[in-house]
Amino acid sequence: MPISIIAEFAFMTQKSLHARKDDLSNPVKQLEFLSNGLFAEGELPTFKQKVSQTENTPLKPKKLEILQINLGYMCNQTCSHCHVDAGPDRKEIMTVETMKDCLKAIKQTGAHTLDLTGGAPEMNPNFRWFVKEASKVGIKDIIVRSNLTIIVANKKYHDLPQFFKEHNVHVVSSLPFYKREKTDKQRGKGVFDSSIRALKMLNEVGYGKENSDLKLDLVYNPSGAFLPTDQEAMERDFKEALKEDFNIEFNNLFAITNLPISRFLEFLIASENYEDYMHALVDAYNPAAVKNVMCRNTLSISWDGYLYDCDFNQMLELKVASKVQHISDYNENELQNRNIIISQHCYGCTAGAGSSCQGSVA
Amino acid sequence: MAKSYYDPADLRKFGEITEWSEELGKKFFDYYGKVFEEGALSAREKSLIALAVSHVVKCPYCIDAYTQDGLQRGITKEEMMEAVHAGAAIEGGASLVHGVQMMNKYKKLSM
Ligand code: SF4
Ligand code: SF4
Repeated sequence: MPISIIAEFAFMTQKSLHARKDDLSNPVKQLEFLSNGLFAEGELPTFKQKVSQTENTPLKPKKLEILQINLGYMCNQTCSHCHVDAGPDRKEIMTVETMKDCLKAIKQTGAHTLDLTGGAPEMNPNFRWFVKEASKVGIKDIIVRSNLTIIVANKKYHDLPQFFKEHNVHVVSSLPFYKREKTDKQRGKGVFDSSIRALKMLNEVGYGKENSDLKLDLVYNPSGAFLPTDQEAMERDFKEALKEDFNIEFNNLFAITNLPISRFLEFLIASENYEDYMHALVDAYNPAAVKNVMCRNTLSISWDGYLYDCDFNQMLELKVASKVQHISDYNENELQNRNIIISQHCYGCTAGAGSSCQGSVA
Repeated sequence: MAKSYYDPADLRKFGEITEWSEELGKKFFDYYGKVFEEGALSAREKSLIALAVSHVVKCPYCIDAYTQDGLQRGITKEEMMEAVHAGAAIEGGASLVHGVQMMNKYKKLSM
């Protein structure tokens, strides 16, 4: 098994692919890679072939429920599985002007959830202003995807739990495992202990507690070339272990499959797991999951205001197939008419119980 | 013909045994699937038993499959190694307990 490879890898990926000028930092190269080999030779069906067995293609969106905004690719971590290729060396950050365009869209959207992600969204200098403004608009649920360690990374972030509470933010945090070793391998040394400290701070202000309205959900994603298993069983294990070992509480666990793009794709190739992983994804293809893939109820907005079917397509620079491609021209009706752009990475959303930013979908 | 007896890619083809005997293959896979469902033992516990047995029967396919299954279920490497030892201990014990037979025979034959 590739445990030792993962360890080596965590070391190798101290920098983003982007900073290393690696070929895989180029989305066109990634898409090429994902269409060659196994898929070009017909050993595995392409995602399009597979989907069209049970669905009308091209895939169309259903009712828009979630606007996911990526506030920038800068992050205090450089996780080895990161599909954003985020890190301290990434300088792409959403400007106030683009945020204002987003606010206009939020005012007119039918979506009930605003999902702020990154990088570490909190590192955007206008993050707090944006959350305050967005919460005034009255959208039902505001999610911040926090990597936890940012809360303890610097004094200026220590009061984030309090800030989240004041604006009734729904915190969704990644903790790949309830044990130190695997977490640190995937996310970097010391990440586990910092995450535990941050979770305690969130619990202290009332997050994740029974009978509290302050929601704290955790995201689990496998630390290697394997798929997540039953979300409920995982949630049970996480809850028991975190309670027993650290007296930490949380609401729900989302089990997310790693998509074969960006740094995770790099890992798959370097550890010679790529073919097996793609086979595993295709074998686990679940037609029921296709009905609810994330792109059918979500729109993704990048740091520079472009629109995508999902965060993954954003990283592959596959802009929405619509006349409206930028938040400054936002027009929901027009966008809802679009065809969703799919490729082989989509198999990551349809394996087993399916996978989305809200966990399983089938 | 392949040049080696074990090819990791063959594991994926396991299901194909059904093609040459549909009835028996299907019965086997139905049974297999049922065995590993949650029951009086959890699916997690059964996965560890399967891993231990995989080592005892020395099946490289099974070892790959149940290491991966364990990772997917969040089973730690310490738990996996203890399961392997449990299997190895029984296997070692099974050899050693025959030492009693050897002793019996020795004594019987000796004057
Ligand atoms: S914390 Fe999230 S955004 Fe940052 S490097 Fe890790 S996975 Fe990527
Ligand atoms: S990666 Fe997933 S969410 Fe994105 S377009 Fe493909 S199926 Fe939809």
